[in-house]
Amino acid sequence: MLWLIDVMVCCMIPGHRPGAFCRYLEEVRTMNNEQKVVDNGVNVEALLAAREALTETPEAAKFQWRATSNWVNGTQAHSTVEGFYGLGEEQKHVTEYSFDTDHPEIFASEDKGATPVELVLVGLAGCLTAGIAAVAQNREIQLRSVTTTLEGGMDIQGILGIDTDVRTGFDGIKVHYDIDADASQEDIEALVAQSQKRSAVFDIITNTTEVTVDVN
Amino acid sequence: MKQHSAVGRIDALVIGAGHSGLAMSHCLTGCSVEHVVLERGAVANSWRKERRDSLRLLTPNWQSRLPGHQYTGTEQDGFMTMPEVIVFIDDYAELTDAPVRTGTTVTTVRAVDGGFRVLTDRGEWVVKTLVVASGACNVAKIPAVAEAIPPGLEQVTASDYRNPDQLAEGGVLVVGASATGLQLAEEIHASGRPVTIAVGEHVRLPWNYRGRDIQHWMDVAGVLDERYDEVDDIVRARGVPSPQLVGTPDRTTLDLTTLTDQGVKLLGRLVGIRDGKAQFSGSLRNVCALADLKMNRLLKLIDEWIVESDQAGSSEPVERFEPTRVEGKLPLGMDMENGEIRTVVWATGFRPDYSWLDVPVLDRKGHIRHDGGVTEAPGMYLLGLPFLRRRKSSFIHGTGDDASDLCAHLTAYLRDEFDHRDS
Repeated sequence: MLWLIDVMVCCMIPGHRPGAFCRYLEEVRTMNNEQKVVDNGVNVEALLAAREALTETPEAAKFQWRATSNWVNGTQAHSTVEGFYGLGEEQKHVTEYSFDTDHPEIFASEDKGATPVELVLVGLAGCLTAGIAAVAQNREIQLRSVTTTLEGGMDIQGILGIDTDVRTGFDGIKVHYDIDADASQEDIEALVAQSQKRSAVFDIITNTTEVTVDVN
Repeated sequence: MKQHSAVGRIDALVIGAGHSGLAMSHCLTGCSVEHVVLERGAVANSWRKERRDSLRLLTPNWQSRLPGHQYTGTEQDGFMTMPEVIVFIDDYAELTDAPVRTGTTVTTVRAVDGGFRVLTDRGEWVVKTLVVASGACNVAKIPAVAEAIPPGLEQVTASDYRNPDQLAEGGVLVVGASATGLQLAEEIHASGRPVTIAVGEHVRLPWNYRGRDIQHWMDVAGVLDERYDEVDDIVRARGVPSPQLVGTPDRTTLDLTTLTDQGVKLLGRLVGIRDGKAQFSGSLRNVCALADLKMNRLLKLIDEWIVESDQAGSSEPVERFEPTRVEGKLPLGMDMENGEIRTVVWATGFRPDYSWLDVPVLDRKGHIRHDGGVTEAPGMYLLGLPFLRRRKSSFIHGTGDDASDLCAHLTAYLRDEFDHRDS
């Protein structure tokens, strides 16, 4: 008849019986609260508030990013970004940003800017680094320095059309981090893993994206 | 009593006579709430009709416990086969004398003044309270990319799959790396059909840790009792895929590295199909790193619990497992039209079916909005979904605490809303 008592108890006490795990979590939370204030310059509260607000209004979460590019001469192009769309209306950067792309002299170019593929690496680095700072702030990890080195391998037989079996783009990208932070090696590894999971450029590079092109 | 013509009136109606619905029925009986349990098929219908042949529970027999019922056999550390699960739940229905109406399919549920109107293929009911315990895995979820699979290939969902013999001879692409994905990959590969598995985010767990079942540690350390209002992001926690475990008589660990050793090929998440070529994500190493890190965090928590509970002396030493092995250069594409792959198996999760529910409680993703099983429609409750009230909610042993909590809420609601009207 033990089960009957069980049922009577279970019907009378809707609350929970906190297990050791719950108590452990409480302790960890208390310990974290007593630590010194962590400041990586990321406003995590604002980000979390935005996340909550956009969960309620998914339409406002639809963004569009834009760039405009003009051919200059030779292999050089001059590209700018300024306006974008989000939160249901047109938005603007505080100023227009511009980027010149070109190719090095060994490609018989004038080298007036970074190669476009280097800008892809720059985009990946910028995105992952922003993610690391934001995740570190959220996890109350103080960063002192984050240095990222990126290498994109490429066999240019692809670009030049020498061998059609060779891929035109990168055959792989290697990312190396040097991170100095108030955290264990394991926590830093978790930071790096999580920043990849939440990175738009990491997603764009590792997954496929449909590109639609039209003229005039 | 037949319900073909007359409208039945009752305080509570439970939809579904699986382990959750029966546990709720048992609690309602204990609280003297007059109720009925409607079941479209027989008791434990999903376990009878919608499970593959080789499936066993992921939880050991000692964990097969429901309010007032538990496994009493000699194989405490064994894992029930489906026929054994059906007997276990059948016995429970009999033991608790649950008022089950089998062969009764609910066709529509509407909110009416003072409760709900429940239409079935065998008459209708007007009830004050409603408990939806119709299961979390009614329909296989299939990603949109399925539409681009070349027409010559067969496609099978985890719901339709019974055994490898139903698949064509030849290569198989298994999409998904939850418990289901890994178990299917292993079984199909062993049948002589070479398997490639597409791996997205997943949860890795060792079967045995420090000499005990991982379920034992999660149980005693209170991990399984963690409540829905204690986690940082309950929406994410509810969507976490099932851990890579398998219940086998020989108690083996099943993870991506053991699959690699058996000859299964690992690829990244399936992201698209273009011109007959499947494209896979280059993020495989990161999803594996994430799963390894999360596993190690859980193991560390268990280690700390063991020290705090003074059990270090009686436990085997701390263990750490080899990081998931992803060998060589990762292929990103696969020809789907050269005949190497003959079948695609979707092990991409399940979702509940609420097509019969005409009460405005669904969110934009088609899930019922709820706070620990209490929905926005007064008197309507949910039971048996992942992390409903606790991390263990979707397990057989997890439904009891949820059922008793919600039964208490339901009983208080009946008392507060109806007692003064009726008297």
